[in-house]
Amino acid sequence: MMDVRVAERQTDLEILRYNPEIAGEPKLERYTVPTKTEWCVLDALNYLKDNVDPTLTYRWSCHMQVCGSCGMMINGEPKLACKAMLRDYPGVIRIEPLAHFPVERDLVAVADDFLAKLKRVKPYLIPLEKRLPEDGEYRQTPAQLKRYRQFAMCINCMLCYAACPEYGLHPKFIGPAAISLAHRYNRDSRDGGRDERQEEIATAEGVWECTFVGACSEVCPKHVDPAAALQQVKVASTVDWYLEHFMSWVQK
Amino acid sequence: MSRYPYVREVSPTTWYFRAPRYMRYMTREVTSIFIGIFTVIMLVGLSRLSEGQAPYEDFLAALNNPFSVIFLFLALAFALYNSFTWFNVAPKAMPIQVGEELMPDIVVAGGHYILWAILSVVILIWAGIF
Amino acid sequence: MAKSNKPIIWGAFAAGGEAVSLVAPAIILLTLLAAIGRVPPGLSYEQMHSFAAGWFGKLVLFAIVFLSLWSQAHRLRITCFDFGLRADGLVATLFYMLAGAASLWLILILGNI
Ligand code: SF4
Ligand code: FES
Repeated sequence: MMDVRVAERQTDLEILRYNPEIAGEPKLERYTVPTKTEWCVLDALNYLKDNVDPTLTYRWSCHMQVCGSCGMMINGEPKLACKAMLRDYPGVIRIEPLAHFPVERDLVAVADDFLAKLKRVKPYLIPLEKRLPEDGEYRQTPAQLKRYRQFAMCINCMLCYAACPEYGLHPKFIGPAAISLAHRYNRDSRDGGRDERQEEIATAEGVWECTFVGACSEVCPKHVDPAAALQQVKVASTVDWYLEHFMSWVQK
Repeated sequence: MSRYPYVREVSPTTWYFRAPRYMRYMTREVTSIFIGIFTVIMLVGLSRLSEGQAPYEDFLAALNNPFSVIFLFLALAFALYNSFTWFNVAPKAMPIQVGEELMPDIVVAGGHYILWAILSVVILIWAGIF
Repeated sequence: MAKSNKPIIWGAFAAGGEAVSLVAPAIILLTLLAAIGRVPPGLSYEQMHSFAAGWFGKLVLFAIVFLSLWSQAHRLRITCFDFGLRADGLVATLFYMLAGAASLWLILILGNI
C-alpha cells in the first residue's frame, strides 16, 4: 500500500472583512475551502480569491518569505501568511489584518505610518569617508560584517509592530524595525551617519518608548531580534548622555 | 482617491489579556511592586539599626507575623522571577564579539547565573546559614 | 525632536536591575527566615551593626538600597502606564521624588550608624 503524503482537508477560515466603501465595522466571515496539508495560509487565501470571492483583498508578492508584504494576524498572532503552514492549524483559522495598524480594506493594513518612520531614521549608508569610483570600493572584514548582519535581515513586514504593545499604546513610537535598521547602519564600519540618526532615535518617541516587552523578537520571521537592537541603542545613548554632560561640566 | 481606514482601538487597561507573552511581561513589571516594598522594609530596618539594639530587635520581632511571612514569600517568588527574566535577556543588551564570532547568548547569560550563584552563597555564608 | 534625558534614570534602572537580580533573592530569603522566627546570625544586631559601621558595609548597603530604589521607581512608573494610568508625567514625578527622598534618608541613616 502506498502512503499518502499529501492529504486533503476542508479548512474553515474566519476572515475579517472590511469594505471602506460601505459605512460600518469590519466583520468576520466564515469560508470553507478544500486545501492540501502542505499548503500555507496564503495558498488557502489564493484559492478563496480565485474560486469563491474575487473581492477578497490582501497583499502578497513573493510567496517565499522575502518580500514582507503578507503579514497578518493568524489566530491572534502576527505571522507571514506564506510562512504559516495549514498543518500547524488544526481547527478554524481566524485571519485578521495586522494589529495596531488601521485597516485599508479586508486584510490590508495601512503602512503609511511605518514607511514615514522608516524614512526618518535614514536606513541607508551615509559614508564615513567619501570615495570616488577610482579610489576603489569600501572594504569590510567578515568580523565587521557580523557586527550588523543580523539586523540587516529585516524585510519590513511589520509583524513586530503588530506584536509590540507599546506601539499599540503610543502610536508615535518609532518602533522596533525602524530603530533596528538605524542600529544596523550605526554598527556598519563604513557608515558615519550615527549622529543624524541619534537625533531621531535617542528621543522620547524613539528608543525610550520601548519597555523591553520582547514581543517583537518573538514574532520576527527573520530572527532580526529587534529587542536586542533597541537595548543596545539604549545602552549606547546612555553612554552618550553621560559623556556629553560630563564633558560639558568638565569644560565649565 | 478617498480612503476610509478603519482604526481598531487598543484598550489601555486590558490589552495584556490578549496574549500570554503580554501576561509574562506584566508579571515581570509587577515584581517592582514587591521589590519596591521590600526595599522600603530594608530602609526601615536600617533606620531601626541606627537607633540602637532595642529598636532593631523590635523591628525583627515585628516581622514575625503571618502577613509579613506571606508578603516575603511572595516577594521571594517575584524576585526569583525577576532574576531569571533579567539574566535571560542580559546578553541582548551587551553583545560580545571575540574575533569574528559573536558570543552565543548562553555564554553571557551563563556568566550571570554563575555570578548569581556565587553571590547568593557568599551572602548566605556571611549570614551564617551554613 | 530633542534627544531625551531618560538616560539619567535609565542608567540607574539598568544598574539597579542588575544589582537587584543578583542579590535580592538571597536577601529576601534571609528576611523571610527572620520573619518565621529563625533570625539568621547575620541579621542579629551585633553582626548587622558591625557590618554597617564599616565603610565597606556602608558602601555595599548604599549601593544595593540606592540602586534598588531608583530601578523599582522607574519600573513602577512604567507599570502604572501599562495598567492604563495615563498621567505619566505626574506618576513619574511622584515616584522619582519618593526615590529621591528615600535616597536622602538612606544617606542620613548610614551616616548615623
Ligand atoms: S524586524 Fe522582523 S518582524 Fe520587524 S519588520 Fe523586520 S523582519 Fe519584520
Ligand atoms: S508573500 Fe512575500 S513574504 Fe509572504
